[in-house]
Amino acid sequence: MATEAKAHELIVSVSPHVRGEETVGRIMWTVNLALLPAFIMSVYYFGPLAAYVTGLAVLSAVLSEHMYQVSLKKQTTIGDGSAFLTGLLLGLNLPPGVPFYIPVIGSFVAIVITKLLFGGIGYNVFNPALIGRAFLLISFPKLMTIWSEPTARFIAIDAKTTATPLGILKEEGLAKLIELFGDKGHMYMSLLMGNRGGSLGETSVIALLLGAALLFYRGYITWHIPFSFLATVGVMAWALGGDAGLFTGDPLIHLLSGGLILGAFFMATDYVTCPTVKKGQVIFGIGCGAITMLIRLKGGFPEGVMFAILLMNCFAPLIDRGVKAKMFGAIKVDKEQKK
Amino acid sequence: MSKVLTFKRGIHPKYYKELASGKAIIQTRLPQRIVVPLSQHIGAPAKPEVKIGDEVKRGQLIGSAAGFVSSPVHSSISGKVIAVSTFPTATGRMAQCIVIEGDGKNEVLSGRENPDYMDLSADDIRNIIKDAGIVGMGGAAFPTSVKLSPPKEKKIDTVIINGAECEPYLTADHRLMAEHPLEVVEGLRLIMKSLGVKEGHIGIEENKPDAIKAMKSALGGKTNIKVWPLEVKYPQGAEKMLIKAVKGREVPSKGLPMDVGVVVQNVGTALAVYEAVRYGKPLIDRVVTVTGNGIKEPGNLMVRIGTMMSDVVEQCGGLVGGAVKVISGGPMMGFAQWTLDVPVTKGTSGILVLTEDEYVPSDEYTACIRCGRCLDACPMGLNPSMLSILSEKGFFEDAKSYNLFDCFECGSCAYVCPAKRPMVQFIRLAKSLVKP
Repeated sequence: MATEAKAHELIVSVSPHVRGEETVGRIMWTVNLALLPAFIMSVYYFGPLAAYVTGLAVLSAVLSEHMYQVSLKKQTTIGDGSAFLTGLLLGLNLPPGVPFYIPVIGSFVAIVITKLLFGGIGYNVFNPALIGRAFLLISFPKLMTIWSEPTARFIAIDAKTTATPLGILKEEGLAKLIELFGDKGHMYMSLLMGNRGGSLGETSVIALLLGAALLFYRGYITWHIPFSFLATVGVMAWALGGDAGLFTGDPLIHLLSGGLILGAFFMATDYVTCPTVKKGQVIFGIGCGAITMLIRLKGGFPEGVMFAILLMNCFAPLIDRGVKAKMFGAIKVDKEQKK
Repeated sequence: MSKVLTFKRGIHPKYYKELASGKAIIQTRLPQRIVVPLSQHIGAPAKPEVKIGDEVKRGQLIGSAAGFVSSPVHSSISGKVIAVSTFPTATGRMAQCIVIEGDGKNEVLSGRENPDYMDLSADDIRNIIKDAGIVGMGGAAFPTSVKLSPPKEKKIDTVIINGAECEPYLTADHRLMAEHPLEVVEGLRLIMKSLGVKEGHIGIEENKPDAIKAMKSALGGKTNIKVWPLEVKYPQGAEKMLIKAVKGREVPSKGLPMDVGVVVQNVGTALAVYEAVRYGKPLIDRVVTVTGNGIKEPGNLMVRIGTMMSDVVEQCGGLVGGAVKVISGGPMMGFAQWTLDVPVTKGTSGILVLTEDEYVPSDEYTACIRCGRCLDACPMGLNPSMLSILSEKGFFEDAKSYNLFDCFECGSCAYVCPAKRPMVQFIRLAKSLVKP
């Protein structure tokens, strides 16, 4: 009988027998794509140097992962786009004029120490790109705080340096910042477009929001983390950031400058290092926002997004343990137990 | 007209209903031989009532119920008993079966007809249902008479007929509602009468407009039964999700539908109840959807229980080249078969054949990236991500604090998982290694 011959070829496995189309690789490569506008704007403002620094970071990240896995006779996972994304995020978080070894060292720390030594994708406690950047900032404080002017130029030794808006705000105040940009409207416009000093990929708010829109459209991120993060920053900037007392601060300047937009939409939302339950994600976002503003207003650094996300990464497992989603049919059991 | 009801979370898989949804139910040919498992239901296996050499007729009792939660089985053909022994069944387990060699005469043992069936008492209806061997035909095969005998302290006020048929591919219930709406409605009325319930509902997913229309017109002007279109979403047909959608009630954790005063019955079960009470016909036939891209001519077949799957598949043109997986039931919760030489039982809602292109290897998966998609999919509001990780690492006891036993293994989490983790397998493993 024909069917009998077939019987040997049938595959037996546990249900479900059909699967959705989403894969880790598709998610990661889409996030990479979502960062393309920000990358393009970084090249527009900072010249081919931006492409050089970012490319070097990506290349070292992918190579670090591949070589680590090959040398340990493990299967290489560079195809899933996660190492590429870590390198890209790190590159976009670097100042424009850094020497070549900065992205190389940063990517190595991000990929090997932060991710692979903890078990690879899914097991890392901290956002790899941010640990890479934190390591660089602490090890090379000077190199990591030289900001070039956003005037497109080729690799030049005599880079004209400037300060970031948050740096000016911290050192010299809001009035000076507005004066530098001409007027308030011009300042907001420049911040929105990215025409300011800062890390390569963080400056163009509009490009970042375009990429974030793609992630929202695909359902890869939800409002919970970015919006609670931004809202907390906005409220705290308004309430505590003013010179003339409570509730006189300018929330817009804090929302549009620094690494906030890049951090809130692309880094704090990293699946592995944020809570999984939606309620927990809101707490996570609020925590990120509060620590960011604490550092910006009271800390030694002008910018606090990186440390805020890293600190909240520590709390993500704890939040997940404490905040659980309401289970179907849970109410009645509670009532019965109370009796 | 009425609004579309549903539950929270769930998933939207591809349905592929069009493969068989337009195919009218056809009668399969008389099988030469049937293999009738004594355990086709949840509960104690039936006790054999025949021995090798006995002549049986179609509809004759061959195994009697062995307790309260048990169900009798009947022969679906006339012929001679040639074996009483263990054979493989569609759930993957060996089970004691009675094998009957057909005599080709199809002699029927006529049951007791009840033209005035609506005048029967609740007890009479329940006894007929029990003696007819009727079990839930949606797949779980829980004895219907047990569901219709709730303990006194549980007051039942609602009966819901489950016409959601949320499993992709399957169209058996769809065709039954479209072709036999009157019988389904009468079955529902009998179930309501046996429970002394005044309120009846029929929930049907929106993707079966002809079934919704047929059921509505079969009801006529009667108002104590309502037809509800349901959102097309998996697992809409899970009892707890259906009750939530139709009545807004949440069955408590570890509870049963009767805890919220509801009894849910499948469309096929309602039809079987009608046929048993009206014509005295035991449960010996059922509609099976034979479908999938791996089958030559998909369709909906009226199959005698005990017919071999290979026989049924052959009548649908056989398998196409590249067919790699045969599933008893639907793709989300069905059982993969290692052989087609297993019988169709009371719970076999479909035979689904998947091809190489559709096959997803379940041993190629990566670490959980904690994306949370499974949390958004789980109809029970569990944390499948955590359950799978705990099980993978051997922390089976800890899984209990994440409500391990509230999972009913619908597979939504595994469906959406981008890391392709075998979530259901991990959860089943944990369930099998700890006590509730």
